Amino acid sequence: MPEKIIESCSVTRLDILNEKGEADLSLMPALTDDQLRELYEIFILARTFDHRALNLQREGRIGTYAPILGQEASQIGTAYALDKTDWIFPSFRENGVLVARGYPLHMILQYWGGDERGIKVPDHLNIFTISIPVGTHVLHAVGSAMAAKYRDEKTVSMVYFGDGGTSEGDFHEGMNFAGTFRLPVVFVCQNNQWAISVPRERQTASRTLAQKAWAYGFEGIQVDGNDILAVYKAAKAAVEKARRGEGPTLIECFTYRMADHTTADDASRYRTKEQVAAWEARDPLLRFRLFLEMKGIWTEAFQKEVDEKAKQKVDEAEKTAESAVHAEPSDMLAYTYASLTPRQTKQMRDF
Amino acid sequence: MPWTRIQADDSRRPGIFRSSHAVREISYRDAIREALSQALSMDPDVFLIGEGIDDPGGVFGTTKGLREVFGSERVMDSPIAENGMTGVAIGAAVAGMRPVLIHMRVDFLPMSMDQLINHAAKWSYMTGGRVKAPLTIRAIIGRGWGSAAQHSQSLQALFAHIPGLRVLMPASPYDAKGLLLGSIASDSPTVVIEHRWLYDQKEGVPEEAYIIPAGRGTIRREGTDISIVASSYMVYEALRAADELGKKGISAEVVDLRSVFPLDEELIIASVRKTGRLIVADTGWRSCGVSAEVAAVAAEKAHAGLKAPVRRICLPPAPTPASPALEQAYYPTFQQIAAAAGEIL
Repeated sequence: MPEKIIESCSVTRLDILNEKGEADLSLMPALTDDQLRELYEIFILARTFDHRALNLQREGRIGTYAPILGQEASQIGTAYALDKTDWIFPSFRENGVLVARGYPLHMILQYWGGDERGIKVPDHLNIFTISIPVGTHVLHAVGSAMAAKYRDEKTVSMVYFGDGGTSEGDFHEGMNFAGTFRLPVVFVCQNNQWAISVPRERQTASRTLAQKAWAYGFEGIQVDGNDILAVYKAAKAAVEKARRGEGPTLIECFTYRMADHTTADDASRYRTKEQVAAWEARDPLLRFRLFLEMKGIWTEAFQKEVDEKAKQKVDEAEKTAESAVHAEPSDMLAYTYASLTPRQTKQMRDF
Repeated sequence: MPWTRIQADDSRRPGIFRSSHAVREISYRDAIREALSQALSMDPDVFLIGEGIDDPGGVFGTTKGLREVFGSERVMDSPIAENGMTGVAIGAAVAGMRPVLIHMRVDFLPMSMDQLINHAAKWSYMTGGRVKAPLTIRAIIGRGWGSAAQHSQSLQALFAHIPGLRVLMPASPYDAKGLLLGSIASDSPTVVIEHRWLYDQKEGVPEEAYIIPAGRGTIRREGTDISIVASSYMVYEALRAADELGKKGISAEVVDLRSVFPLDEELIIASVRKTGRLIVADTGWRSCGVSAEVAAVAAEKAHAGLKAPVRRICLPPAPTPASPALEQAYYPTFQQIAAAAGEIL
């Protein structure tokens, strides 16, 4: 009997906006001019915040910081595709996502300033605790999606991780569960080419990260992660598919980490200036601005207005974060368990 | 919230079996199944997940027939990925569900340690109480059958070491039902450790749902000369030891911890103050184990009451053997407990 091919997989790559800001109009996602303006405003706020946080760290006013420079389109484009009732499971480099979802900026600064009250997420936001451990939160997003499916809630879970995260067992186990039970979850992999100093080639022999989804029985797609329109379009399609009960999607946002891993890192020790410069030309903000300008949406006045608004918001956040009173030492006991143990009750009295 | 309507039994009344307020006798196995069945009936947010939990055997009979009643969405067979199912259950728990994750062997839990220690145990603290992980993990320990080094360990101390986790070890059917329901009702992640050798134990168990709060031990037998503090299966060895000692005119008090964390320190202290002598019998290893914690409580808080050194009856510092000849030498019995009592009386 002859051998025959019984399964073959293909991976689609989506690009809409090129580096000059020219869009393939046949692929344009449904976004109104107001929405495009709003996206741009979020973009400016995210970048302004990122820049300020970095400066605050340099001045010793916050602890470590993980910059998002270069990855804003991947983050904002995906988060913007969600409804308010959907759930987000961020890793530690998702300030663009948090900004897009209206997370109080001062709390992000508080968090990176070493105050855990910064991740006491306000009740009205469906954002889960920031995951510092790599990839472990993939499973939590899948569990949350399982709960949503069981309760017939029509909410979608979106989970963010990087190229490094795809090497973790949790990623594979989570993808397997999501595929097996056809759960409403969108896996967003920001392939920024570096896991601290480990290059993308060291994570896997797969040509793309998107193709990993096929092994778990669902679709994976690669998008230009520096193209906010492509990112949004892919995310919107994945979210709608999940909401219709048609299962998960993996989106690989092909992007680049322009800054150091964190402020505790020096990327110049392990990557070349040429590589970084090549990606500078692909800046996600510049091409989006050029696109809006050609469309007649962007003007100097608009830029000035959004710059000022962003600066004001970040100024306020900085002031609020720095004026926060110290946490109560007894808090460490108060929240360890749902209720105090007998020994804790005694220790509380001693504080 | 259906759980607030359930009666809590937070007494520490003496007595081996509580047949006084029971209408029928059922086994430890059936008490667990009844608790699961009642939890599933009372609260639509409860679901069971684990490998092979809906197979004909039904995890030593404890989940038998539940899928037929509650469906495969709530009695859910999982892909074989212990870490994965722990993470998924935790994710469902923080989304408001009350999962019961079932491991046929506690030995599978080391694969879930990252999810338990770094996630489930931490979130309430890290988020100032905003995120709760009401997760119950049933894990089974045991003796014999050549289950050996990778299928027969007794790992309670690993979990009890971690702030944010609770560890319960029911020894009787009454406690198995009440502690399991209490765990499912609780917003703290809890590991409930069952012993295979207890599944056929029978006693009077009320039909209605009830809760035994964590952190409450109980006196299984009152005595005046020596305290034997034990948990899980070792409670029965302790009771047999107490019988032996009784024949020699020695009155041993047997304390069943029921809850390894939180630990019922008051009960331990009161018993030690009364008898002045302490033996701790644990199903696990000695080093940094539960017996060490109990002994430390006595040393720190009942030192003046101690008339003799504390003795600990634990496993030898070696992995669990497979051969029956080695097993026989490996596991301590009532004879070692009674002998230890002889040394300090």
